[in-house]
Amino acid sequence: MELLSNLTLGFQTAISPQNLLYCFLGVLIGTLIGVLPGIGPVQTIAILLPATFALPPVSALIMLAGIYYGAQYGGSTTSILVNVPGEASSVVTCLDGYQMALQGRAGAALTIAALGSFVAGCFATLLLAVLAIPLSEVAFKFGPAEYFSLMVFGLIGSIVFASGSVIKAVGMVVLGLILGMVGTDITSGTHRFSFGIPELADGIGFVPLAMGLFGISEIIKSLERREKREILKSKIMGFWMSKKDIRAAAPAVARGTLTGSLLGILPGGGAILASFISYILEKKMSRDPQSFGKGNIRGVAAPESANNAASQTCFVPLLTLGIPSNVILAMMAGAMIIHGIQPGPRVISSNPTLFWGVIVSMWVGNLMLVILNLPLIGIWVKLLSVPYRLLYPAILLFCCIGIYSVNNNTFDIGLTALFGLLGYTFAKLECEPAPLILGFVLGPMMEENLRRGMLLSRGDPSVFFTRPLSLAFLFMALAMLIVIALPAIRQKREDAFHEEGEDG
Amino acid sequence: MHIKKTKDFKTGLIFILFGIASMVFSGSYQIGTSAKMGPGYFPFVLGGMLTGLGLVISLRSLSKAEGTRKARSFRAKPVVLVLSSVILFGLVLRPLGLVFSTVILIIVSSMASDEFRKKEAILNAFVLLAIVLIIFVYLLKFQIPVWPSFLAGRT
Repeated sequence: MELLSNLTLGFQTAISPQNLLYCFLGVLIGTLIGVLPGIGPVQTIAILLPATFALPPVSALIMLAGIYYGAQYGGSTTSILVNVPGEASSVVTCLDGYQMALQGRAGAALTIAALGSFVAGCFATLLLAVLAIPLSEVAFKFGPAEYFSLMVFGLIGSIVFASGSVIKAVGMVVLGLILGMVGTDITSGTHRFSFGIPELADGIGFVPLAMGLFGISEIIKSLERREKREILKSKIMGFWMSKKDIRAAAPAVARGTLTGSLLGILPGGGAILASFISYILEKKMSRDPQSFGKGNIRGVAAPESANNAASQTCFVPLLTLGIPSNVILAMMAGAMIIHGIQPGPRVISSNPTLFWGVIVSMWVGNLMLVILNLPLIGIWVKLLSVPYRLLYPAILLFCCIGIYSVNNNTFDIGLTALFGLLGYTFAKLECEPAPLILGFVLGPMMEENLRRGMLLSRGDPSVFFTRPLSLAFLFMALAMLIVIALPAIRQKREDAFHEEGEDG
Repeated sequence: MHIKKTKDFKTGLIFILFGIASMVFSGSYQIGTSAKMGPGYFPFVLGGMLTGLGLVISLRSLSKAEGTRKARSFRAKPVVLVLSSVILFGLVLRPLGLVFSTVILIIVSSMASDEFRKKEAILNAFVLLAIVLIIFVYLLKFQIPVWPSFLAGRT
């Protein structure tokens, strides 16, 4: 019953005219940038972050969350119609979605993507609401040792799901942790690695780092390739699926939703991973795996449901433990801190309207997306005919303005260029930047908890192994590492990333 | 020479470089004891870990001779032009304002594309300039210099 009254509170917050408007704006912008390749939720949230300063925190978070899950919808549209994933998490949707479009079944593919996402979104919202309170109560029992071990677990998680060599991914995490150390040490006040540059005294900004590693380096990479984009000429005929389609897709939606919800909660997970895993799972479970990649509707239904479910359940660790599980959530954490709210177990009790309002707004936003998306597809397709040579300078411009306005300084723009170069170099060397970013975000928190834990135990490191919860996290982390290091599984994992992830 | 090998080798070198730098600089901060860690403790340990990982990666790359994959061709033009357009934007924004820096950014970055057309890029610059002025300056009221500082007096 408590849940009901909480949800009512959430509804009251979410359907106030102002919040409805910002929710709508969020999902609209999210869909738009989801459609456009080369600009994703990370850059958009970074650009719009300063613009939300003037808003009340609830509205700001509702809008930013809307951008995130809205992008999952938009990304699928381009994957299906043009075979270009607008969003990293819809790479797998290209495989069967575009094939369906070629067979004249684009309408059915778009419909199942939207409906599947909606079903998944509803389920994930409910799950988030049910899990939040018990999890945040567990979080109150956490001491520094538990937090530290949980973060180790999360970082290892991000390694497991990064493609490519495991040991390189570990290196990227450690490098990220080191970059996170730049700036003033909170305990002693010492300036670390700031080399006398005043702008570095506050640390490296998250926005320049993320924009450089993801945004700028991505643009350079796409400029190296030749532009190839075919807009589907044929008309989209009918949005309705046949009975056969529905029967095939419904269980796939259910499985995708479950997989996505689960993977979203795990630290290190998120929408990208969820879509990959659910696609592989669907293929494994199918009696006819050959039909995947040739326009099987289940290959659209499962990953689309999964990425949307995950993009919502990944709010669980942030809102209950204060630990962002991926890059976008790290930005959301940043947004909360800017608005004076410390993410963590206290949010539910100290800001109930914000907490429940944001959760319910996700459901409202999903409803808007279904209504909004299907009729607007024509406009999104038109937008895609804008050639990349006109698009990328615009993306660069928006990035630069966004970076400048976070702190009103031009130093950050130079820093972005530097990280752009670094990101490009790493891309050439086949090192994925995602583990680095996560390390960067968790670095300061990890150090603080390590210090506190060791101080409490008077320098005895066994505290991390004697507290049961802490031991459990470390054990799970170790288990994950061992599993991916096993040769048989390593081979499979590489295959999986190769097969589906060619040139995302 | 195997491509994959040199890739891993270079990755290892970069890690070693960052790792040693981290250790050297952390050494100049107070390290402290494990019960009372100073500001240098954690970065020093991390630097050590990164150096170790870098060593393993580069040494392993020397001994294993697998995975010859074709390297994607490296082209300097996009890298140089995209990065310099961003740096120029940063350098020009304060003294000359948003109007000029936007035009410079768009034109320089457009040249990075193989399909660069002068007229189109200039047109694109002005269209985007209008959009940016409307959205960021007029609607969102960002604190950003619009005109050159010597013309505007105050921004």
